[in-house]
Formats: sequence, C-alpha cells, structure tokens
Amino acid sequence: MTAAMRDPMLPRPFRIEKVRRELSDTFTMELVPAEGGGFAFAAGQFNMLYVFGIGEVPISISGDPGDGGKLIHTTRAVGAVTRAMDSMRAGDVVGVRGPFGTPWPVEEAFGHDLVFVAGGVGLAPLRPAIYQAMANRQRFGKVVVLYGARTPDDILFRRELERWRGRFDMEVHVTVDRGNPKWSGNVGVVPNLIAHAGFDPLSTTAFVCGPEVMMRYTALALEKNGVGREGIFLSMERNMKCGCGLCGHCQWGPHFVCKDGPVYRYDRIADLLAIREL
Amino acid sequence: MDAAAVFERTELGRLVAILAADGYRVIGPTRRGTAIVYGDIAGDADFAIGLIDEQEGGTYRLREVDDPRVFNATAGQTSCRQYLFAPRQRLWSAERTGTGFRLAEDSAGAEPPLAFIGVRACDLAAVGVQDRVFGGHYPDPRYMMRRRRALIVAVACARAGNTCFCASMGGGPEVGPGHDLALTELVDGGRHVFVAETGSERGALLLARLDPRPATGAEIAAARAQTEAVKGRMGREMVAGGPEAIRANPEHPRWHEVAGRCLTCTNCTLVCPTCFCSTAEDVADLGNARTERWQRWDSCFTLDFSYIHGGSVRKTAASRYRQWITHKLSTWWDQFGMSGCVGCGRCIAWCPVGIDITEEARAIRDSQ
Repeated sequence: MTAAMRDPMLPRPFRIEKVRRELSDTFTMELVPAEGGGFAFAAGQFNMLYVFGIGEVPISISGDPGDGGKLIHTTRAVGAVTRAMDSMRAGDVVGVRGPFGTPWPVEEAFGHDLVFVAGGVGLAPLRPAIYQAMANRQRFGKVVVLYGARTPDDILFRRELERWRGRFDMEVHVTVDRGNPKWSGNVGVVPNLIAHAGFDPLSTTAFVCGPEVMMRYTALALEKNGVGREGIFLSMERNMKCGCGLCGHCQWGPHFVCKDGPVYRYDRIADLLAIREL
Repeated sequence: MDAAAVFERTELGRLVAILAADGYRVIGPTRRGTAIVYGDIAGDADFAIGLIDEQEGGTYRLREVDDPRVFNATAGQTSCRQYLFAPRQRLWSAERTGTGFRLAEDSAGAEPPLAFIGVRACDLAAVGVQDRVFGGHYPDPRYMMRRRRALIVAVACARAGNTCFCASMGGGPEVGPGHDLALTELVDGGRHVFVAETGSERGALLLARLDPRPATGAEIAAARAQTEAVKGRMGREMVAGGPEAIRANPEHPRWHEVAGRCLTCTNCTLVCPTCFCSTAEDVADLGNARTERWQRWDSCFTLDFSYIHGGSVRKTAASRYRQWITHKLSTWWDQFGMSGCVGCGRCIAWCPVGIDITEEARAIRDSQ
C-alpha cells in the first residue's frame, strides 16, 4: 500500500467535444480530458461514465485505440444515466473512470483470419478492434465482419459498414431479424451468416459481442463450422458499480467480469455460459 | 505462547483508558437492546459482562449468568466489518461549475483510529479476508486507511455457541494472525487474569504499559486447554467436501427447495463479517448544483443487484441463494485464495427462517 494511493472511485472530468446521433436511441460522444492529457486504452476495454448528480454506468469504448487524443463512447439510452447522457451536448462535462477490463487479443490473432460477429449495439465494443485490425491489415488473412440488427433502422455505424463493405480487403455481411419493404438484404439471426462467410476455420480468430443468447448461439455455430473454442472470444456484460473488482456486482461464477473480463476466451467460460441465472 | 505475559483482570479498564488517551476510538462487545454488538467502550462497565448468548437457527437470546468473565459471549450481531468497511460512506462530493464540476475527495484519514478489544478468532480471520478483498489490484483507500491505523486486541473464546463452526473452517478457535495483542481470559477460583501474547510491535508496547508479569507454565497450559476444549463444543460443522459439492451442482433441486424457505431478506449478507458488496448512489440537492456520491453495503439477494438493461440476471431466489453460498464456500477461493466463510455462524442465527449454511452444504454433498 502506498501513501498516495489514487482512489479508484474518483472520476476524471472529460469535456464532450462532439455528439453524433447514430440511431433513434443510440448516440456517440467524443470526449477530451478537461484537465488536458490523453487517454490510452486497448480495444475491448470500458469506462465508468458519470453524469453529474445522476449516476454512473459502464460503457465500452468504441473509438480507435490508435488515436490517443480522443475518447469515443457509443451508448444506447436505456436507463436513467444513459438517458441523461443522451440529452447532453458539446461543451458539457462527464466523469470518466477507467479504462477497465481485458482487451480483444488483436495481436495474438496475427497470421489468422479474423472474424468479427456483432449483434445490435455490440458492434460498438468491437469497432476499436476492427480499427486496430485494419491498421495492421497485412498481418491477417481474411477480415470478416458479420453483423445482425433487429431491423434495417437499427443498423449501427451503417455508413462505416458500407464503407468497409466497399473495400477489397474486407468481407462484410449484414442481417436483420425483421426486414421492411425497402430491405432486400439478409433476414435472420447473425449465426446464420457464419456458414456463408469465407474464412479458414482452422486458422481463424473470432471476436463476438452482442446479447448473451446471441453470443452463445454464435459460439456454437462457429464451433460447428470448425473454429476451435480457443479461437473464439466473447465480451460479457454484467451489472457494475465500481469497474475494479471491489463492489461485487459483476460476479459470474468465479469471475469478476469487470477485471477478469469483459473479454473472455470461450473455452474458459463455455461451462459457465450453460448455467442459467449465474 | 513462549513469551506470554499475564495481567490482572483489573488492568482491563486501564487498557481502555490508555487506548482512549492515545486517541483511539475504543470498540468492543457491548449490549445493545437484546443483542451483543461491537460498540463504543468508554470504560469497564460498557463490556457485556455477566451475559451469555444462546444461538440457534433463527434464534439469538441473551441470558444473564453469574460469571465474572468479560468476554463470555460468542459472535454477536455485528463484526469489525461495520467499522473498517462502513455500511454507508461518502466517496466524494462535487459542485457544479458552469458546464463542468469540481470534485472534493473524502478520506477516512480524519477519523480517529480504531482500537478493537475482544475480537474473536472468527472475526479476526474475517478481517484477514477483507484485507485480501480490499487490498488487491485496486486497493480501497478508505478500508486500507482505517485498517492500517487500527489496533486489534483479540480474545480466544472460552465458550462455543450452537451456531459456531470456526473449527471446521480453520478460522478458530485459536486466534490467528493479524492481531496486535491476543488474550486468553482465565477464571479459576478467586483468580481472574488475561494471558497475553503479542502479535506486533505496537501490541508489545501496549502490553508493557499494563503491569504484566511473565506467564507461568501452568497458566500457559491452562490457556491452551481452555481453547482446545472449545473446539469440541461447537454446535455446527462444515462437512468435508461440502464446498466442492456445491460448486459441482449448480442445477441441483436443493436450490429450489431452499428457495422455498429463503425470504431473500439479505440478513445473512448484512451480518456476515466478510461480505464486501457495495453499491453507489448519488445524493444531489434540489437544484442539482451540489452532489455527493455515497457507497453503501449491497446484497446479492436483491433483484437490483444483478440488474442489466432488460432485466435481472438472477431472477429466482434459488439462483440468488446459490450465488451467495457458492461464493462464500467455493468461488472465493478462485478470487482470493481463501474461503469467504470463517465459521462464525451469524448467518444461521440471524436468518429469520433459520437456513443453515452447514446444513445446505451437507444436504448437497450427501445427495451425490
């Protein structure tokens, strides 16, 4: 124990530089430290974001880990804190604690085909890893993004997905649970896309993020298509109050998801995923 | 117990006075209403003398006895946790400044240091557990500050309660490490003395101020025999293989059976000396110009505890009881390399329906 121990519960003020509306209930904030300095993080990590007088929530980082000047968070307004955040504008200040948690092991996947499987807002925590992979594009075989949204209006980062799809070194497939008259793309759940994607299952690393049930079925489908359990990584979500293993809320079997996760190798958690209400 | 010393019963009041004069807030077993709790001790009269506790599943009763012992009751309602890890404490406060805010940090450094007298082996073991929990990769500065400044005078039990099972958890009845001074209270005919061993430099300096004399071989033997005898008088036992059986049976029908009795009232987690879960909440003024962030104890028995958007992860009482007992007895080992249960038995006595952690572990093990 050191005398000048920094209190892990004390947030740093960050100023909102820009707010961008993504979907009807989803927005992206660009943050810079109010007191100056940068913010280093690894793809897959999260921060505890605080709104003055309202409270604090864990939100994954959705920006480029190669851009150390800006901190980017994409958030869906679903509770008191995220709804308050949704009404904030450029110039307002939020509190930030972090970064916390384990990263997507992008560098360990060098030499492999890389498959990203995202469901809904789960694309946000994967985006930093996609940026990192594309910044090191020559290190990978194929790079595949498989994305599922509820409806065509719920497709997150749509323009970016279209841009990625236009590249010759990236394969992008999108599906929706329910189409509409203007939608002529895939309809169905995201695990259905796996069989159609062109990757070598014996040399593939897959990063999966979305609702727990979607990740469970995605992992099963990847396995069925020949990807080994040790090549599959999932990002778990649990209630978190501290982000640093002290408050106990995020426990999942022996794990504290905030510090032992959120990114886990599938073979290490497959048994826990099968237990109800754990 | 080679370098043990002995001081007279009459010195105990002086021990309290010395600690108070040194600036400590002195805490010890005292009567509050119908239970013994850790509370402020201003002098000898504040100790729960002449009282013993009778504990069973869902039962805690005090009985007056004609016995001069100062430390005669076993684990009371509260533990050191109440003081080292405060049930409710302010983390920080903040004032709005234009579009931003300015933070003011709170520290436990302004509080008087704590001196605990009469800490039982189970409670001392529990302090050791919380030392591990709060002293990890991100140390909790408030706990660490209070703990570093605290002085602990432990007392080996002369009695065991019906809900006690520290012997089968390795938490006692011998006083383990972590104390500054460890006492064994000996009452024999007209003699009433404390056999003292030191656990730290601070404890040795304190002992020297109490007019001690070296313990005789007979006194040391008597102290050992008294503690040894307590081992055989515990009303409960954690069966071997219980924790492993719990871990191996997450879908056991017993979870639903116990859920039929469990009220998910959170009592067990509030009296447990090792439970560490907390939540944080904001308390803002009406104009939202000033806010305070408070931490308070939380319990894995509430629905809110596991809430994420879309609903709680642990919806059923069965899953919440399973979480609690599995964490205490099994997954705590993965997290901290030790058991989360020290065998104090509080969760048994203070459960309104008398659910017994040792009985649940036994039931699951025996069903295999």
